[in-house]
Amino acid sequence: MSQIFKRSSNALAKASLIGVVATLAFLGWVVMLLMRSSFVTGQNAYVDQPIQFSHAHHVGGMGIDCRYCHTTVETSAFANIPPTKTCMNCHSQVWNQAPILEPVRASFRDNTPLEWTRVHDLPDFVYFNHQVHVAKGVGCATCHGRVDQMPLMLQHASLQMEWCLECHRAPEKFLRPKEEVFNMAYEAPANQLELGNRLKQQYGIASVEHLTSCSTCHR
Amino acid sequence: MNFSEIRTRLDGLDGRTYWRSLDELAGTPEFQDFLHREFPSQASEFTDPKGRRDFLRLMAASIALAGATACTRQPPEKIIPYVRQPEELVPGRPLFYATAMPLGGYGMPLLAESHMGRPTKTEGNPEHPASLGATDIYGQASILDLYDPDRSRTILHRGEVSTWDSFVTAMRAQLNAQTATQGAGFRILTEPITSPTLLDQIETLLRTFPGAKWHQWDPVFGVMQTSGAAPAAAAATYRLEQADIVVALDADIFGMGPGMVRAQKDFAKRRRVDHPGQDMNRLYVAEPALTVTGAKADHRVALRARDVHAFAAALAGAVGAGSAAGVAGDIPEDVRSTWIPAIARDLQAHRGRAVVIAGDTQPPAVHALARAMNESLGNVGATVIYGEPLTGTNRDGIASLGELVGDMAAGRVEVLLMLGGNPVFTAPGHLGFAHHLDRVPLRVHLSQALDETSTLCHWHLNEAHFLESWGDIRSFDGAVTIIQPLIAPLYGGKTALDVIAALNGQGDKSGLDLVRDYWTRAMGGVTTAAWNIEFGETFDKTWRKALHDGFIAGTSSFDAASTEPTAPTEPTATGTTGATQPTQPTTNMSGLEIVFRPDPTILDGRFANNAWLQELPKPLTKITWDAVAYVSPRTAQRLGLESRDLATLTYRGAAQQMPIWVQPGHAEESVTVHFGYGRTKAGRVGSNVGFNAFTLRRAEAPWFDGGLEITKAGTYDISTTQVHHSMESRNLVRVVTKEQYAAHPSVVHEMAHTPAPGMTLYPKFEYNGYKWGMAIDTSTCTGCSVCIIACQSENNIAVVGKEGVGRGREMHWLRVDTYYAGNIDTPETYHQPVPCMQCENAPCEQVCPVAATTHSAEGLNDMVYNRCVGTRYCSNNCPYKVRRFNFLLYSDYTTPSFDMMRNPDVTVRSRGVMEKCTYCVQRINHARGDAKTEGRTIADGEIKTACEQACPSDAIVFGDLNDPNSRVSKLKAQERNYGILEDLNTRPRTTYLAAVRNPNPEIEPAATHTSGAMGH
Repeated sequence: MSQIFKRSSNALAKASLIGVVATLAFLGWVVMLLMRSSFVTGQNAYVDQPIQFSHAHHVGGMGIDCRYCHTTVETSAFANIPPTKTCMNCHSQVWNQAPILEPVRASFRDNTPLEWTRVHDLPDFVYFNHQVHVAKGVGCATCHGRVDQMPLMLQHASLQMEWCLECHRAPEKFLRPKEEVFNMAYEAPANQLELGNRLKQQYGIASVEHLTSCSTCHR
Repeated sequence: MNFSEIRTRLDGLDGRTYWRSLDELAGTPEFQDFLHREFPSQASEFTDPKGRRDFLRLMAASIALAGATACTRQPPEKIIPYVRQPEELVPGRPLFYATAMPLGGYGMPLLAESHMGRPTKTEGNPEHPASLGATDIYGQASILDLYDPDRSRTILHRGEVSTWDSFVTAMRAQLNAQTATQGAGFRILTEPITSPTLLDQIETLLRTFPGAKWHQWDPVFGVMQTSGAAPAAAAATYRLEQADIVVALDADIFGMGPGMVRAQKDFAKRRRVDHPGQDMNRLYVAEPALTVTGAKADHRVALRARDVHAFAAALAGAVGAGSAAGVAGDIPEDVRSTWIPAIARDLQAHRGRAVVIAGDTQPPAVHALARAMNESLGNVGATVIYGEPLTGTNRDGIASLGELVGDMAAGRVEVLLMLGGNPVFTAPGHLGFAHHLDRVPLRVHLSQALDETSTLCHWHLNEAHFLESWGDIRSFDGAVTIIQPLIAPLYGGKTALDVIAALNGQGDKSGLDLVRDYWTRAMGGVTTAAWNIEFGETFDKTWRKALHDGFIAGTSSFDAASTEPTAPTEPTATGTTGATQPTQPTTNMSGLEIVFRPDPTILDGRFANNAWLQELPKPLTKITWDAVAYVSPRTAQRLGLESRDLATLTYRGAAQQMPIWVQPGHAEESVTVHFGYGRTKAGRVGSNVGFNAFTLRRAEAPWFDGGLEITKAGTYDISTTQVHHSMESRNLVRVVTKEQYAAHPSVVHEMAHTPAPGMTLYPKFEYNGYKWGMAIDTSTCTGCSVCIIACQSENNIAVVGKEGVGRGREMHWLRVDTYYAGNIDTPETYHQPVPCMQCENAPCEQVCPVAATTHSAEGLNDMVYNRCVGTRYCSNNCPYKVRRFNFLLYSDYTTPSFDMMRNPDVTVRSRGVMEKCTYCVQRINHARGDAKTEGRTIADGEIKTACEQACPSDAIVFGDLNDPNSRVSKLKAQERNYGILEDLNTRPRTTYLAAVRNPNPEIEPAATHTSGAMGH
């Protein structure tokens, strides 16, 4: 009776073993890539909003401070989305006939709130606190990007846990002086590490052990 | 169960033995079985070959499906800002408003927490003398009532949806027809009322209809036996802070009544021992059923309720305040010969610093004796203050209800307006309230749910919750609180005030206007009640301050500067004061005694649809979801009954089945039944749960009587947590007497072996920042269980239902273990609240395969829900048994109103996730955020865990162990501080302070109590 398998079968068998491992590794790599892709994270994707509000125009062009609208960013975990009244402070006078602003006027007139879609949407088991980050020298632009150059708001960072930990494991790489927190155009100096370490001392930033404790963000 | 065997075994044991239940002592197979499986009813799957195959098949399918569902994307979320944002509102930061919860007419002062306009939690009002920051279980659980999906949402007229305007029109037409007879056919039935505005409105209405009668009924608070000899006795307020000796005569001062929170606060102040040899108070209790008050007693005598009178008389005789002659009832000979003279001597040695308290369930004669003793001992004005009752009519509710039923039966009632209450369910069964109600041509009922009474009425008005309404109310000390709403009525409900005002032709006024109007007049001195209070210069200032503080300054009897406000005059002086039938107790003094008590958690059934209170283990017995009849071991033996037997209770011709519970420490030949269960129209939670004891209650003897017959009728399944989480006979409670502790302060430490702190293979970790810890004083803990509800509300903890509790799946992060010591007939009782110990060497952390439970840099044992895959290794390895697993989807994600109720700072856990106490890490993080922003450290006391904040005894203290001056550090430095199961070297962060007793050496000579030879 002749051999069922030819000699070359050995090689094939070996190759298929390697192939299986390689395919699994490749699939794993693809999944890893996919999980980090903007398809999953929603990074850099524009989101439909009831009004095409331009931060580029209001912040970059007009020079309005972040805190004019996001009033509670220094006092609360939530930075606050401005009430319609804040829009109407100016738009009752300027562009008060503009068709694009009709939803704002309608909201004010009918006393029905505008419904924005959340752009930076963390999972519900994550408890981020704006107040502390702002008080400790984390700039708005560090997480939100150059908002002053965004005609429409988008999610600048991946918002994945590894991205959070980048800073929580080494805050000195990202800290800036408190007075520069709201400065969109702030550029990190060449001696960032030196500055960061000094600020860490000065602002009493918690230890890395604490910053990476689970209950710091999850509860 | 073999009681004599248990007795023999207990006698044979050396030293003090602590036990948790009779099941444990008897070592019944059920108990052993329960113990051997941490989470019962699961393991058996694998022993059955067919079951295993099915199980694996299901598992494979679920894993595949779980993998597929994991790919879902987070749904987009909306942000909906205000159109005009209120100035004081900061999104993400709660606001607190002072208000009060009405219960039996009295107010429990609260601070309600509001997140973006949604009330999510209630706390005690720290500035209010009736609360001092603590609450009771009802106050904590009231938030669930607000969001109860079974609340009635509309006005109903003969079952059809109707409107408020149609009701007012219809009602006014009916009342106009009554004007000819001056309202002779008009009756109002309310609960007891202390609200000055409402009393004023009712007075106005009764002036329009002089022939109308106003009745009051409440099965708990309205049946205080105040008629007869001591009319003002029930209006006594006590100053336990000043009392060295407290004698409670069937008075559950820590567990019942509007003053229980303050009573615990004051008692604990004198119970706390900061250093060995410190003076502490002493509590004597004589009562039938073991209560939280009796459990706290240094000396407790179990007496039938009907014998308490004889005890009081004998004591009064010994004190010299009366004669014991001619009082029926027998008390044990050793009590008569040893205890009573000893107590009397103790009282006389502390003249002016002692107090005798008669329970509201005792007849007027006992109140009179207590008052006589207090007067003769010079306690009046020092430890007890007798005042005028605060409720509008100081009438006996039983008499009032009896009169109404009589009128209904005679057809004299044409219009019956019932504001609150549920008399069809709560009226004593033999009165036939529901039967006679049928004869009334127009019946109106205001209530929060479509209950037993509402369904029998022509009009049902949906009532607003107190968190939705304006009003005013007085707490037990007289302080007036303005009830302010936290949220607009969810379903357009109305209050009793709205209803009466509408009938007074003031229907156009809002609740706010009505209350403001009254107090504007009060300030000008034009109200019937003369308020001797200092109003500010302008009304607006006074009003704003009262709203902010939660009470009108100067109205509390605790406020030394104020004079007692004179009570409002009797508004019903027009012909209804005299009760037609005086309720002289017609107690049967022979035969088996039946004692009626409100259920400790759902009260008279008004909280039957509140799942938190249903599932809260009842203090001492830890029974959930049921009412039982309690008997002593000896009586049970005589009657041939055991726990979980179903028995038929026959009393004065009425029969009712009830399950039996053998309760150590219960009086002999006495049976205690809790009323409140057995409701038929409570809602999805409370309907058809348990047995209704109201059917047995009689108007002539509302609280106790003789002549009960009891026969076994079967068995019944009871879910109790008392045997869950057993500590397997290890001595976790440590008790010393005051003398032992003074003579030998290290006695507590010598009770067990503690390994040296360095003994561990794990590298030592330095906690440089904060180091959180907790100390729990078992000396002051009364076991009232408010901490459990506070924790449940703060941490979004789900309920599992009776069957779930029966399987040991209750989710409470904090449990209160009850331990008994001594023999089964007259045991001592101790409580031990057990949250997560936050061990430094946590056994749970080592075994988690996915690092879902890890240690934080501040020593918290963190639980990361989103990592947890549900292996349950951690709970298997936890020696304290404090981890809870979501076996099923217990959190209700589908009822929309619950979305509003939940604490937004705490994750709502889903199925398959382990959870446990976090030391309220959300509160820690909140305080840390503020401290960091302000560049300071967190001050001691700035963070209070939910349990600590709610505790009326201040038994729980949380803080930073790295701060030597923090309260918790000082407590832990005490000699009586100890950790439980420290021999496992877990190094728990939660430790306990040993209970210190203060026995009277005349009754318990120092030699007889062996010092803690407790074994290791």
